[in-house]
Amino acid sequence: MSDTPIAPAAERLPGNRKTSPKKIVQAIVVYPLLLLTTVVTLGPFLWLLSTALKTGDNIYAYPPQFIPNPITFKNFIDVFNLMPLWSYIGNTVYMTALGVLLNIFLCAITAYPLARLRFPFRNAIFFAMVSTMILPNAGGMIVNFLTIQSLGLYNNMFGVVLPSAISIFNIFLLRQAFITVPNDMEHSARIDGAGEFRIFATIMVPMIRPAIATVLIFDFMAFWNSLIWPVIILDDRAKYPLGPALKYLNSNLAFNFPYVAAGTIISVIPIIIIFLVLQKQFINGMVGAVKG
Amino acid sequence: MFSNKLMRRQAGFAYLMLVPGCILLLAFTFYPIFRGLPLAFTDYSVVDTTHWTGWANFKRAFADGNFGLALQHSLFYLIVVPVLQILSILMAILVNNKLRFITFFRVAYFVPVVTSMVAAAIAWKWVYEEQGILNYFLLKFGILDQPVSFMVETRLALYGVMFVTIWKGLGYYMMIYLAGLQSIPSELQEAARIDGANWWRTIWHITIPLLMPFVLLCSLLSMMGAIQVFDEVFVMHGPLGDPAYTTLTTSIYSYKVAFQDFEFGYAATLGLLVSLIVMVLSIFMFRYTRKGGLTYYE
Repeated sequence: MSDTPIAPAAERLPGNRKTSPKKIVQAIVVYPLLLLTTVVTLGPFLWLLSTALKTGDNIYAYPPQFIPNPITFKNFIDVFNLMPLWSYIGNTVYMTALGVLLNIFLCAITAYPLARLRFPFRNAIFFAMVSTMILPNAGGMIVNFLTIQSLGLYNNMFGVVLPSAISIFNIFLLRQAFITVPNDMEHSARIDGAGEFRIFATIMVPMIRPAIATVLIFDFMAFWNSLIWPVIILDDRAKYPLGPALKYLNSNLAFNFPYVAAGTIISVIPIIIIFLVLQKQFINGMVGAVKG
Repeated sequence: MFSNKLMRRQAGFAYLMLVPGCILLLAFTFYPIFRGLPLAFTDYSVVDTTHWTGWANFKRAFADGNFGLALQHSLFYLIVVPVLQILSILMAILVNNKLRFITFFRVAYFVPVVTSMVAAAIAWKWVYEEQGILNYFLLKFGILDQPVSFMVETRLALYGVMFVTIWKGLGYYMMIYLAGLQSIPSELQEAARIDGANWWRTIWHITIPLLMPFVLLCSLLSMMGAIQVFDEVFVMHGPLGDPAYTTLTTSIYSYKVAFQDFEFGYAATLGLLVSLIVMVLSIFMFRYTRKGGLTYYE
């Protein structure tokens, strides 16, 4: 036993793996592929950024100028003067905040009783919700448009947000999370005399924070990036969020593309920053929600 | 254990909590489903009084050349589904390597997923320009002799939009497949290697079969997205599917009929026909994809 060689075991230590020739070959093959894919995934946005930083004559230069020379921020300044970009950003923030908060609140209070409380027709209500995911929704946008109109919410941000203020997919997600909360906590709270609402607000909601984070990220992206529904509901261009405003800018300023490029870059910066800060939550949330 | 009084109190509380959400669901989810159906049998529009027209809208849809074209394009659009799966599996295998900076690459590939389709479509429109960067590279590497306008050329326009859809979805499906790859016990792959299987055979006989539930789930998701493609076409080619209707899809056409021509009745008919097709395709996929499909709803 004592003459067992030690060397092979040492080779398997993680510290030694980096230097193994196999690892080097792997790196030589994989890094170029990784870089090539990066060029494809980030290239269009980097090219847009490069265009936005160019002066007039260099935009159509041939061969193309990859790194602008000279670099100018004039397009960014001009696009702020040309269109009320700050108010579009403000509209987007308002729409997103309103939509996300309403959606999380409403989905949580709808999902909780379906997951944890006992009452007549619970399964029937849940089944009715599930069935809408399968039934054909022919008149979706049209009927909702007519409803919003008859509620007097046409050309109003509430009309944009209200149809998406609750979603069955999110109710599903939160219901699953509520179900997994252990019963003991609820029991001990009940013995302590906590009321139903206190149990919900102080015990259940904090326990499902990861699921709420997932819903938050999904909603944030959906509202921030929304395009067609705001176009339909908002008559007044001054009320547009960024998506429709960019679409409008794109068709009306096509002759001066650097402005469009600058506006587009400005619109994607906030979401990219939030993504980079919360990348782990973003990726886990979006992937986890689908995996169930 | 639970007294009757507690049960009643709990039921009352439950209904109280359900009320706001259920009102909104009734108004914006259930009502459109039940109102949309009769709407499809009327000539409801903003200008005239509404009449019950029976099957007239359906007859019109079957004779409508533009709808036929749109339907053709939407079904043709489904080729993005297999392409997306193959490319994103390859990307997932690529980023499943334990190398330095691998997190940087994963994040870089996910950026198109979080940005808006409007921004992506504008960026790609610029890449596709006749004097644009794509033509520059294609000419430089001798793939083309002359610059091509990917936006105006009628044979290429739809492929151009498809590529944007694929590009924007890659990172998302890659992450799902990466989660799938990491759930496969590494002993299986190691065992195959020891038995003398090369890299390709390990992937093909071990990895892909074990990824199958994920493939089926991702195919279902991307199928639903592809058949209802809207934003990228709308931003790149407008509500008429320029050039010469070659990028007209069913969602774009329904939008035009509803919100530019204001023929709500006819638009509801088109919507009904399309959602029937989506339903048939989903049922078809669900039957063959039980496992993948169920995890979606669990």
